[in-house]
Amino acid sequence: MNRWLPFEEPLRELEEQIVELERYTAAKGMNRSREIAALRTRQEELTREIFSRLSPWDNVQLARHPERPYALDYVSAVLADFVEIHGDRRFGDDPAVIAGMGLLEERPVVVVGHQKGRDLKERQARNFGSARPEGYRKALRAMKLGEKLGYPVISFVDTPAADSRPESEERGICESIGRNLAEMSTLRTPVLVVIIGEGGSGGAIALALGDWIMMLEHSVYSVIPPESCAVILSAFDRDASRGPEAAAALRLSARQTQELGVVDEVLDEPLGGAHRNPDAMASIIKETLIERLDGLCQLDTEELLQRRYEKFRRIGSFGT
Amino acid sequence: MPSKAKKASARKTAKAPLRERVMKGVPDDLWVKCTGCSTMLYSKELEQSLKVCQKCGYHLRLSAEERIRLLVDEGSFQERDTDLTTQDPLSFPSYKKDIARYRKQTGCADSMVWGEATIGERAIILGVSEFGFMGGSMGSVMGEKVVRAAEEAAIKRQPLVLVCSGGGARMHEGIISLMQMARTTAAMARLADAKVPYIAIFADPMLAGIAASFAFIADIIIAEPGAIVGFAGPRVVEQAYRIKLPPGSMTAEFHLAHGMVDMVLARREIRPMLVRLMNILR
Repeated sequence: MNRWLPFEEPLRELEEQIVELERYTAAKGMNRSREIAALRTRQEELTREIFSRLSPWDNVQLARHPERPYALDYVSAVLADFVEIHGDRRFGDDPAVIAGMGLLEERPVVVVGHQKGRDLKERQARNFGSARPEGYRKALRAMKLGEKLGYPVISFVDTPAADSRPESEERGICESIGRNLAEMSTLRTPVLVVIIGEGGSGGAIALALGDWIMMLEHSVYSVIPPESCAVILSAFDRDASRGPEAAAALRLSARQTQELGVVDEVLDEPLGGAHRNPDAMASIIKETLIERLDGLCQLDTEELLQRRYEKFRRIGSFGT
Repeated sequence: MPSKAKKASARKTAKAPLRERVMKGVPDDLWVKCTGCSTMLYSKELEQSLKVCQKCGYHLRLSAEERIRLLVDEGSFQERDTDLTTQDPLSFPSYKKDIARYRKQTGCADSMVWGEATIGERAIILGVSEFGFMGGSMGSVMGEKVVRAAEEAAIKRQPLVLVCSGGGARMHEGIISLMQMARTTAAMARLADAKVPYIAIFADPMLAGIAASFAFIADIIIAEPGAIVGFAGPRVVEQAYRIKLPPGSMTAEFHLAHGMVDMVLARREIRPMLVRLMNILR
């Protein structure tokens, strides 16, 4: 059973009516399939209507949806085979980050990504997708392997934020993020980034510096969670409940981020969001990855690196 | 218990007006309260001690101008891109007003100053953040100045010295601020490829998006005593995880103990160390 978000309330009501009608007619041995089909059509229209005018805050909720597909869901659907590797060879293994290699059709690729958990136990084990230094260092180890073997890197980004517990500070959470940024900016192999859910600040960008940055339609990318922004700034009366306004001001939705020149491509999600049809989403991701890799693999390494540098070099808004 | 607390707070409030009465007619800047031990410090003496509390050793924050005077050979600093200012890419609520106010307060166009200077007669590229400007937060301007400083250092093959402080990426420029983490660090990676040394000095506070990008990947890191350094400040961490941190968490000394910085040096000792380093790193 799908969980519904507040802005989906009309859809939830309609769903209830349909389910009720189906149960009732089945019990009575009646055939009302035409009526039910009409209601389904109406539901689809309504979904289309609601999803055509989502606010940034609605997208925040979709990006955090408990049933949204996570990195490993896409990995298993997109790759022909995938072998996960573990540990940073320094301290430990961070379950909030996955890394490994697999086959994208015939092509060997390295995959890294944040990983959230599905049920409570797994969510805690994966630290809600908040990576620790060893997670970023494991990802870097995998990416350097990709560089060594000449395999492209695909990164799935989905994190609320990096872990900032004292243990993470002790092991250098800041250094690990900075190091990844430095290494990814000069990694001598193509790097593709797909933001699949929450692109949460420094924790996200530590896996998001690449040659082609994609966002799923309802994912978000932000310098700070909107609720925290609202609490800090007097422009929102330091009131967490004004998070929706902060979300709008931060322009964190996929389309807005693309308009700002930060993201190269927005991948349309199936109607109602990726969680309504994970298979369809995965095949869109797969097709796009193949197409973009075909393009990037044509470039020689120096040109690739120069373009990557200039791509980020350009992002800023200043004058005199 | 509650009556005791009440008494204590009553004593506190009774004290405040007295101090106000005593201090009436005294210029605002004659006495400065130490952030560390709350002692009232005579501002002329404080200037002589480089804004370090003589009682408790607390390092009070410096403006970019004070910091530059402290570090470089006298009169050698030539500022670049003085007037670079943000274009408010998100049209963020009240941002333009804030910028104008901080501009007036600090005399700086944004939270970063960079230029050319000499230290011990050795030509360097210097960047210094201005904490007084929106908490030293990093938006497009700091990002651009850090990138330009790193590129200039690479071209001229002169060491890069950055005084890093600030609260992190600036919210008012949203995702554009987050991208500054990527581009500044990419510039440092290029500087490393050019085999030019990069020295960072961490001053209180040095946090979040600034810490987790160009700052912590410096070749040599010098931190000031007691400076709060980290991905998140101690108070934020205590609130977020509902834990109590031991005293001294996320300070310069904490990071020294965990191998994350090279040295913690009193303010007075930083310039002599830079002179020595410049002499070795030819």
